[in-house]
Amino acid sequence: MIALLLRDLRLAIRAGGGFGLGLAFFLLVAVLVPLGVGPEPATLAKIAPGILWVGALLACLLSLDRIFALDFEDGSLDLLATAPMPLEGAVAVKSLAHWAVTGLPLTLASPVLALLLNLPPQGYLWLVASLALGTPALSVIGAFGAALTVGLKRGGLLLSLLVLPLYVPTLIFGAEVVKRGAAGLEVGAPLLLLAGITLAVTALLPFASAAAIRVNLR
Amino acid sequence: MSIWEYANPKRFMTTSAAILPWVSALTVICLATGLIWGFFFTPDDYKQGSTVKIIYLHVPAALMAINAWMMMLVTSLIWLIRRHHVSALAAKAAAPIGLTFTLVALVTGAVWGQPMWGTWWAWDPRLTSFLILGLFYLGYIALWQAIDTPDTAADLTSVLCLVGSVFALLSRYAVNFWNQGLHQGASLSLDKEENVSDVFYFPLLICIAGFVALFLTLVLLRTRTEIRARRVQALLARDRMA
Repeated sequence: MIALLLRDLRLAIRAGGGFGLGLAFFLLVAVLVPLGVGPEPATLAKIAPGILWVGALLACLLSLDRIFALDFEDGSLDLLATAPMPLEGAVAVKSLAHWAVTGLPLTLASPVLALLLNLPPQGYLWLVASLALGTPALSVIGAFGAALTVGLKRGGLLLSLLVLPLYVPTLIFGAEVVKRGAAGLEVGAPLLLLAGITLAVTALLPFASAAAIRVNLR
Repeated sequence: MSIWEYANPKRFMTTSAAILPWVSALTVICLATGLIWGFFFTPDDYKQGSTVKIIYLHVPAALMAINAWMMMLVTSLIWLIRRHHVSALAAKAAAPIGLTFTLVALVTGAVWGQPMWGTWWAWDPRLTSFLILGLFYLGYIALWQAIDTPDTAADLTSVLCLVGSVFALLSRYAVNFWNQGLHQGASLSLDKEENVSDVFYFPLLICIAGFVALFLTLVLLRTRTEIRARRVQALLARDRMA
């Protein structure tokens, strides 16, 4: 499993493209929104939590189809499916690798972008905490969508259509944590719910994803 | 004699052919009675005026939009567990109907909301979760359209339906996190002493019955079409082989 993780990380970093693309997209969203809505600090501070979460979510969406597509094309997915390691485990590891190259950098970069969007100072900690807790869920759910569409020639748009409604609860709770944190309110409930979603999807969704991959490899 | 005998497509076709005229007649009778009674023979509400009559379309459509997804959930489970093709085709047939009911509920709600709330749309928990339900229907239908192999498509859409059900439910409670919005609470429930006033209640019940019958008619009709389409495919394939 560790070998698979290292292989995926190496591929993601050395093959280029996918790794930096998400971050660049996140940056673009954070730059474009003030240009679009105007530079009033009060307005920006109000919408910053939502924009940062939506930006992170869309940046995550960009690289989803790469989770399985390359391995499907060159046949390594067939080998993974027949390997002694359960396919569910392989799916979980691949989601983890996807998170390490998209969700983790996004989380680390988010304070800088929050500065651009004038997030109130007490919100920074909760922004990082909510992204660190929530982006793994985005990767795991995304892996499910990628597993459903892996056999399709042009699955990119369909993948977004399938995955976006599944992202709704994560987005709502994640943005809620930052919003409450920025306003100096109690954040316990949405934070726990966000953690609950991440844990539940990590425990359960790999089974659905593995089932979908098996169907697609048939 | 068990219910699984209807999983045989031929058996399903003969039975549904026998049932279909009766259900369609029931649909026409119920909808005609309910809507005419509701639209012309009930008084205007003292606060809402005649806009109250949208209830006869809005409530049944919303009810059936959710129930259609429930039916797809059950038929998807049956397909995954027992692999009866009729079941998968029924789920496929129900999805566009459910989407239509969702749209009807959203549009009638907007038409009612404009004079009553002063807005076509509000990000109220109920409205939002219905919009998300519509997105789930869209994704489900798009996945069916995108995959060429029928069995693969049936498998993948069934998995999507199961996972989607959980997330649709989760979204329903997630949006509750915002303040209770504009939408009123449930106006119909079995365990309440009084629901809406009787004068509106009885035509509404007939309309709901009519929408259930309408859904049944459309699902049977569309499932029969799907089965026939599948047969044509099989015949064409056989021709090519020969």
